[in-house]
Amino acid sequence: MVIATLAFYLFSAVAVVAALMVVLSRNPVHAVLWLILTFFSAAGLFVILGAEFVAMLLVIVYVGAVAVLFLFVVMMLDVDFTELKSGMSKYVRIGSLIGLVILVELVIATSAWVVADSAPDMRAAITPALDEMQNTVAIGSILYTQYVYLFQAAGLVLLVAMIGAIVLTMRHRKDVKRQDIVEQIYRDADKAVEMIDVKPGQGL
Amino acid sequence: MSIGIEHYLTVAAMLFVIGIFGIFLNRKNIIVILMSIELMLLAVNINMVAFSSFMGDLAGQIFTLFILTVAAAEAAIGLAILVVFYRNRGSIDVSDVNVMKG
Repeated sequence: MVIATLAFYLFSAVAVVAALMVVLSRNPVHAVLWLILTFFSAAGLFVILGAEFVAMLLVIVYVGAVAVLFLFVVMMLDVDFTELKSGMSKYVRIGSLIGLVILVELVIATSAWVVADSAPDMRAAITPALDEMQNTVAIGSILYTQYVYLFQAAGLVLLVAMIGAIVLTMRHRKDVKRQDIVEQIYRDADKAVEMIDVKPGQGL
Repeated sequence: MSIGIEHYLTVAAMLFVIGIFGIFLNRKNIIVILMSIELMLLAVNINMVAFSSFMGDLAGQIFTLFILTVAAAEAAIGLAILVVFYRNRGSIDVSDVNVMKG
């Protein structure tokens, strides 16, 4: 129990500090690396909560795909980031004010919040006991039955995102020679070879 | 000194507020704005999993999967738009976006 408590405080402190560094760091590559650290710490929190499947998913999807995508884009674009940072100090005051207001509101909301008596009866999918079913098995057993339509819809969302990203970023450059396969297939000897009758003693 | 749900909600609230703070702080840099949005979605995920774990309802973790899906799709599309915008304009300053003629 003590280890779990210590781990909670360690992971949450690292997550909050890394998130602050994401926002504050001057170099966007460093910001992406701090973001990866935040995701790892959040995955640690999920493991403490007993949601190990979501934790591993967070590492795979966020760290493995999303953060690396960010890293690619940051490194690919040749942007002057110091110029973009120039107006930063102007917004610190209003940003911290609004952040403080929202934090206070959230704290008030969570401190006044209690679990309703009828809440345990309204659960949609009761978590099975850990000794009879593991977390991953339990998620799979309801994800592919009870939530199968939502699961398919999530797949469609990803498909649309993939097609959209490809359509947006693909461009046809005119100055590059490309292979035109149809043209190659329909090419025959009549078009490819031209017979010229050259008279003796004359050049072309 | 056991860890209750309030602890997790506090961490999530802090991450969410840091995300909002980041959007205000990096008004010009759209990459950091996208990262701040990811932070806010992560805070929502922490809330979801915390409630799921403490209430004994697995539906919260299922919902987290869908939030992850939408976050990944949003990041992919957002970065694609960013790349197109950079090709057209040569910068990623958000204040340039309101110029309609591309």
